[in-house]
Amino acid sequence: MKFRIYRYHPESGERPHMQDVGLDIDPAGKMLLDALLAIKAEDETLSLRRSCREGVCGSDAVNVNGKNRLACITPLTELKEPIEVRPLPGLPVIRDLIVDMEPFYKQYRSIKPWLINDEPEPEVERLQSPEDRARLDGAYECILCACCTTACPSYWWNPDTFVGPAGLLQAYRFIADSRDEATAARLDNLEDPYRLYRCRGIMSCVDACPKGLNPTEAIGRIKSLLVKRRV
Amino acid sequence: MKSATGAHTGTGTWLLQRATALVLAAALPGLMIHFLTARPVNFLAWQTLFAPLWVRVLGLLAMTALALHAWVGMRDIFMDYVRPTGLRLALYLGVIIILAGSVAWMAAVLWSAT
Repeated sequence: MKFRIYRYHPESGERPHMQDVGLDIDPAGKMLLDALLAIKAEDETLSLRRSCREGVCGSDAVNVNGKNRLACITPLTELKEPIEVRPLPGLPVIRDLIVDMEPFYKQYRSIKPWLINDEPEPEVERLQSPEDRARLDGAYECILCACCTTACPSYWWNPDTFVGPAGLLQAYRFIADSRDEATAARLDNLEDPYRLYRCRGIMSCVDACPKGLNPTEAIGRIKSLLVKRRV
Repeated sequence: MKSATGAHTGTGTWLLQRATALVLAAALPGLMIHFLTARPVNFLAWQTLFAPLWVRVLGLLAMTALALHAWVGMRDIFMDYVRPTGLRLALYLGVIIILAGSVAWMAAVLWSAT
């Protein structure tokens, strides 16, 4: 199979370039990650991140033929040759397919992704009704792979001021949590011309999400809550 | 939880853009039908089209909504592309003058002919 892989070694002083790679591999039943690891076995200078190899850890997100996906759950049979593999767009490249995730995590941290509840801790868990728990469905499953945020043109343009779809989905996950007490402060934190409202609803994030989540819907729900609070 | 930002203006402008879009969606088809069914061929016929008060009120309402809608859009564009504060303020001011001037001018035109 034919591959075109983005290569960048900052120590070499060379500019980033695309490398054509041929690989003798039977695509049946194999994922893109298998091919990338086979290529790495032949040329160990190729650098990429991967861990769980089953779409749970979110570390092997790459741009494949123009779309952000997890290499480990992308079947080779689905891809048109030459398969072009690039690092995630919109984040600084450290080396080859490895990007610096810090700008992404910084936005994630800014929404305080933890439960805020100053009540005394109960003897058992903080219980939720099944209905309250159901509100977290579609929000808690995010694995923070950054496929959605790095597919978002608003994030490309304002990475320092726009939270991005992944961060906003997580913001909603805590706003919607019946055990969280900081809803008002969380909404305050997002009410600003940039942090939330740079979302134009183009739904690139929905298209990119390898877990089938819908950040645009969560963003819409946050907007509804802000509007309800205001009028 | 400390607020990372302090602007607290996003929701108002977002709502304004949606609300004015609704006004435009409601007003423009009515005005279009009014003009297309009449198809004025001379100035006198054109002028009588604007004689009913509702046409002038609806026209001015649509223009005002368009100006407010455009203001939010232009503000967003300047926020994205113009970083120096002085230049951005100058552009804001220019857009406000053009848009407010257009609304006032349209009001003057609509009410001067009759």
